[in-house]
Amino acid sequence: MSILLSDISKNFGAFAALNHINLEVPEGELVALLGPSGCGKTTLLRIIAGLEHADKGRVIINGEDKTDQNVSERGIGFVFQHYALFRHMTVFENVAFGLRVKPRRERPTDYILSQKVHALLELVQLDFLHDRFPDQLSGGQRQRIALARALAVEPSVLLLDEPFGALDASVRKDLRQWLRNLHHELNVTSIFVTHDQEEAMEVASQVVVLNHGHIEQLGSPSDIYDRPANAFVSRFIGQTNIFDLEEHDADWLQTAGILNPHQEAKVAHVRPHDIIIEKSTRGHTAPATLKDWQHLGALIRLELVKNSSNGSTAPVFAEMPNDQFKQLALNKGDKVDLKIRQAHWFH
Amino acid sequence: MSKSSIMPGFRPALVFTLIYLSLIVLIPLSTLVFKSFELNWDDYVRIITNKRVLSSFQVSFSSALMAAVIASVFGFITAWVLVRYSFLGKRFFHAIIDFPFALPTAVAGIVLATIFQPSGFLGKILKEAFDVQVAFKPLGIVVALIFISIPFVVRTVEPVLLEFESAMEEAGASLGATRLQVFSKIIFPNVFPALLTGFALAFARGVGEYGSVIFIAGNIPYVSEIVPLLIVTKLEQFDVEGATAIALTMLVISFVLLLLINVLQYWVRKRSGQL
Repeated sequence: MSILLSDISKNFGAFAALNHINLEVPEGELVALLGPSGCGKTTLLRIIAGLEHADKGRVIINGEDKTDQNVSERGIGFVFQHYALFRHMTVFENVAFGLRVKPRRERPTDYILSQKVHALLELVQLDFLHDRFPDQLSGGQRQRIALARALAVEPSVLLLDEPFGALDASVRKDLRQWLRNLHHELNVTSIFVTHDQEEAMEVASQVVVLNHGHIEQLGSPSDIYDRPANAFVSRFIGQTNIFDLEEHDADWLQTAGILNPHQEAKVAHVRPHDIIIEKSTRGHTAPATLKDWQHLGALIRLELVKNSSNGSTAPVFAEMPNDQFKQLALNKGDKVDLKIRQAHWFH
Repeated sequence: MSKSSIMPGFRPALVFTLIYLSLIVLIPLSTLVFKSFELNWDDYVRIITNKRVLSSFQVSFSSALMAAVIASVFGFITAWVLVRYSFLGKRFFHAIIDFPFALPTAVAGIVLATIFQPSGFLGKILKEAFDVQVAFKPLGIVVALIFISIPFVVRTVEPVLLEFESAMEEAGASLGATRLQVFSKIIFPNVFPALLTGFALAFARGVGEYGSVIFIAGNIPYVSEIVPLLIVTKLEQFDVEGATAIALTMLVISFVLLLLINVLQYWVRKRSGQL
């Protein structure tokens, strides 16, 4: 089911949490709301769910105006950051809850209910835990139970608030993969909130970048990465080197080969992998010196110091594949030539 | 098991606890038990089955039970209001809850008797409107006991309500539960064990209460005479054996009842995964 948000605003006292948000999520998408903490992403999710009410604007789910409906009538599934499982109920009863509270006419018989709950528990691969209590489960298991519980009522949209935020790194990686596969299988329109750009890029089909209560950019992960709409998005997504022309980096950029004479924008953002490094034979006139490097698995990150005396002294980071780095046979303190393949320019 | 545990000081702490328990609780209570051995079984049965004694047991336990039930209901509501809502004078009410803890119970009894007697402020209204008399009747005992025991319920339920994770309520609502269902299926079961503890405390306090009750009960034998009063009466008549027999019975019944409540509590916690 599609979700349409029109002109949503929300203030907490004098603080404007959301400012005229317009967003359309087509049916079947898996969308990430991405942004730094305090950007309003969780508030937006809670407004879609009906756990919070917007001061202004409408929430339309599948063509139906849900703005004035209570959370219990919206037919959404919500997954909380800290799971919010019912501590006094077994795993089975947790998942069954949404079915048991249905009005009598719609309530399934015990047999159908039990079948449905077990099917959901199998979907999250935890049926063997059905008679345990939440306190006896690990974080990853709890989150999967929370998801099964939300899916039990066959929600038209699934909303997840930092679903992996409280988990450790390895469990997190597995669950991301798993969530994407699950979404592929169920195809229910889903929105999840995260502050982790890697998570957003890995899981989502569309990413919404939020900052200070408004949308900075909306697009596919590759759009956001390759064509950032502004300096904030460019800085927030992935690693970026920032060169400011007003801080006398012009000469240096000229040497690096990306400055054209008709350049209007003042600030260049360069991805580390867009910097090509070669050993220099120029001695002291070489543009940079290799200070240090770090292994990032398949990639090597090189930390370079600019040699120009009048520029800013911030280090420049470049990345290249491991074997390429071995071929260059560089040592700490070596002078290097560098070429910048492309830059994003912002005012 | 010879390895020292992570928590240091087990032995001194245990020794201290045992000495303390012995001096304050076990030795006095066992003296009571030994004293009662001076009686033979027939005397004991004769004293206990005396009609006046049996009535006093009935009065004591039934009024304590009724008071504990009512105090649990109102105590729960009070704790709920104090935790969930903010209103003018909340801190003031918060402080007032503890009053019955600090007030000499005799004062409470006298005040309650004064306003609930047929010519008193509340007593008059009740008499005229409903033809109900509270003071100097068994009902008066219940009123006094509610007054005494409500803070026990409030103070045991309150921290649990405070700690209650509101996301659980939101989760319930998002799954389509009505407010009533959220309360009855999510909030209440989580608070119930604490409420049971409050109930047990209120009940135990009610069974043992003396000071406030004797002023409002009227102390009519067979009708509104409580067990503690009967014990005092026996002692005043130098009938130590009689007093001991009644006291021992009281002790055993109280022990069994508290044990039952604890078993019930264990069962509730077990069922709701808190053990």
